[in-house]
Amino acid sequence: MNDYTVVHEKAPAFFDRFARKDENQHQTHYCPGCGHGVVHKMIADALTELGVQQRTILVSPVGCSVFAYYYFDTGNVQAAHGRAPAVATALKRSNPESIVISYQGDGDLAAIGTAEIVHAANRGENITVFFVNNSIYGMTGGQMAPTTLLGQISTTTPWGRRPNNDGMPIKMCEMLSALEAPAYIERVALSDAKHILQARKAVKKALELQTQHAGFSMVEILSPCPTILKMEPTVARHWVGEVLAKQFPLGVYRDHRAEFVPVDVPQKPLAELLGLGGEKLSDAERQSRRKNTQARTIKVAGFGGQGVLLLGQLLAEMGMREHMEVSWLPSYGPEMRSGSAHCHVTLAHERIGAPVITRPEVLIAMNEPSLRKFGPMVQVGGMILYNGRELPEDLQFEGTTVHCIPASQIADEIGAAKVANVVMLGAMLEATNCLPLATARTVLADMVKNPKLSEMNDRALDVGREYLDQDVLALAVAGPDGCGE
Amino acid sequence: MRQLCKGNVAVVKAALMAGCRSFYGYPITPASEIAEYAALLIPQAGGTFVQAESEVSAINMVYGASCAGQRVMTASSGPGISLMQEGISYLAGAELPCVIADIMRGGPGLGNISPEQSDYFCMTKGGGHGCYRNIVLAPSSVQEMAALTMLAFELADKYRNPAVLLADGYVGQMMEPLELEMTEAIQPAKPWAVRGTPETHGNLVSSIYLTNDLMEEHVRKLEAKYLECERSECRWETYRAEDAEVLVIGYGIVSRILRTAVDVARAHGLKAGLFRPITLWPFPSQALRQAAEKVEKVLVVELSTGQMVEDVRLALNGRIPVEFYSRVGGNVPSAEKIHSELMAHMEALV
Ligand SMILES: Cc1ncc(C[n+]2csc(CCOP(=O)(O)OP(=O)(O)O)c2C)c(N)n1
Repeated sequence: MNDYTVVHEKAPAFFDRFARKDENQHQTHYCPGCGHGVVHKMIADALTELGVQQRTILVSPVGCSVFAYYYFDTGNVQAAHGRAPAVATALKRSNPESIVISYQGDGDLAAIGTAEIVHAANRGENITVFFVNNSIYGMTGGQMAPTTLLGQISTTTPWGRRPNNDGMPIKMCEMLSALEAPAYIERVALSDAKHILQARKAVKKALELQTQHAGFSMVEILSPCPTILKMEPTVARHWVGEVLAKQFPLGVYRDHRAEFVPVDVPQKPLAELLGLGGEKLSDAERQSRRKNTQARTIKVAGFGGQGVLLLGQLLAEMGMREHMEVSWLPSYGPEMRSGSAHCHVTLAHERIGAPVITRPEVLIAMNEPSLRKFGPMVQVGGMILYNGRELPEDLQFEGTTVHCIPASQIADEIGAAKVANVVMLGAMLEATNCLPLATARTVLADMVKNPKLSEMNDRALDVGREYLDQDVLALAVAGPDGCGE
Repeated sequence: MRQLCKGNVAVVKAALMAGCRSFYGYPITPASEIAEYAALLIPQAGGTFVQAESEVSAINMVYGASCAGQRVMTASSGPGISLMQEGISYLAGAELPCVIADIMRGGPGLGNISPEQSDYFCMTKGGGHGCYRNIVLAPSSVQEMAALTMLAFELADKYRNPAVLLADGYVGQMMEPLELEMTEAIQPAKPWAVRGTPETHGNLVSSIYLTNDLMEEHVRKLEAKYLECERSECRWETYRAEDAEVLVIGYGIVSRILRTAVDVARAHGLKAGLFRPITLWPFPSQALRQAAEKVEKVLVVELSTGQMVEDVRLALNGRIPVEFYSRVGGNVPSAEKIHSELMAHMEALV
């Protein structure tokens, strides 16, 4: 028996042999003196010490560490350049007990992926980010990184990084610690043994915080890239401590849990959320139950706020309850923002083809502009219901029945301008007989829970209907008081 | 019982029925109601809704959730779909299932928010890089928004590939009766998922294949999958096509206008019929060839300057004339206009 103890052993969170690698499966693909290998070792050790290797998911970025999954005997996911924090967000949300690591380089995190890192941090995602800042793009052969120092030569800064052209080295720890949500942010350096020990501690702490559900943690690791920087490994390490760390000061930037009161969402059974229930009717059954309905194509138009879209929905809902085929199509374009709105409603007895109505049978025009715009499109033999006492003098519509109902005025007298659409509904139902009035009452009652408004709606329906009757009787145009109360 | 429902809302309800409890999205008209209703309903069913910082992030969150074995979806429109393309390519490359609803609007650029069908190319041909395909389903009614959303989840899982619900703004915005029946969502096991559990800790999801041979092997594997999908998953619908002299071809909202146009044409003595692809990829080429066997001409109508028409031409391979009519910018043709187009083309034939 050998009586010696092994002090340096492979971290158990590493594979014994790197079988995912094509060749040289006993060694990593990293260059001699590269910081990535050191950081990998720290993470692997921490996973073992914390006993979380089996439930860890490592997200490999695009960059030199794209193949981190060659080495870590954990769950592994490879992400697009810069997007690891977004990927990690959903991995963690999907399995809150998993330990999720987003491992990123400086190009990945601080250039192409700035939006993802800022927002993952700001949401306080309970993930851990290891941010390897080597001041350069390693994988693509030495272009400028957002962390490249002023004056530092790279293949895309042949005169050195020029502030007037390339801006300043970006300080992510400082930036992210301006946010309220992160729990822990520290910058460390792989410059010498003392700092490497400090880095180990930080790596472990960040992961430990995640096991405690503390929220977002990030460790930025200033790291040597001897190959690209064309330095001896020892010189590169020294440079990290002496030069890089001057620009990027080491230290703890954030170490407290975000304090907020979580707001929980009530849970409901699926059937209730989906609005399921009631009986299912076949087409034939629906047909046989359909009575007192007439097919119509209707356009409702007016100002936004006049309840134009709602009036259309009421009609469609009524038609559906009367077992008709119905469709409702709103104008949702920029015109909505400019204050006008219209919708198309088809009430049919057969499967509806185009829900877009070019020539409606019925136009409900809630204002003059829509009367002018859509009035001429009404089919011959069709009907216009206009919200007004009479047509503007210069307008006439031949071959079309026109009813003028001062619905807005009537609504004001009932006590709520917003029931003008229901006044028009009453008039329209009376004029066309396309749907039973009783259905309008039930639909309105179901949709409007406020008893006062509900009462006004009922009145509005009646007054609209009665006004229309008088109009049809060609009585002298009476004021709203004469509306047969 | 039927409920009056918006197309976009039907998508969310169907997703819930399909067992989807993860939604990651970013608002854009005319798709926003999908995110809004997902935000309202999915958390109440115990699921996750996150409004991402961009569509780039949204699709990468979808990638993460899919890695974790979730049924997951997102929704967007033109500009957001453009931003998602890299992520979609990664999803296809890593063989991850997901559902993406694209409620198309006018373009290019910021365009407008009115309905168009101009994302056909970028969704059916692969708007991202590499040899991949999306499974693309084109609903034309609110009921189909629900039915095809459920089918999209099923096909996405079956082929381990993104499935797209490609609808225009009208189908997303319109309301129609929707009948939903409670069914148990059957989800396949996903032994490949990375869930952060001891059982799955050996799994890897990635789309990187460093050597040429491994890369070719992977691309061939995807290719075989797509060929199988083409053989098995084509869906289409015809209307009065049996004795038609002329076929009109369109999908989504256009197919409904064409249906009316067929009736108008027939009422005027022209034997017209409708062919409506339901799967845009795989495109039902074989079925179209059969439906067009006895017709003299076809007229393709799109809300784009001509995207699907290329697949029609490929399918018919020069056998009969393929005419094309389009409106864009949010304008839609009337059934009467289609009829007069048909008449003009048929007269030209005499
Ligand atoms: C969208 C996209 N753009 C560009 C690239 C090319 N690319 C690969 S790695 C890389 C830079 C990585 O640098 P960094 O994040 O600093 O990591 P390092 O290699 O230095 O470890 C770039 C630009 C890519 N893969 N994807």
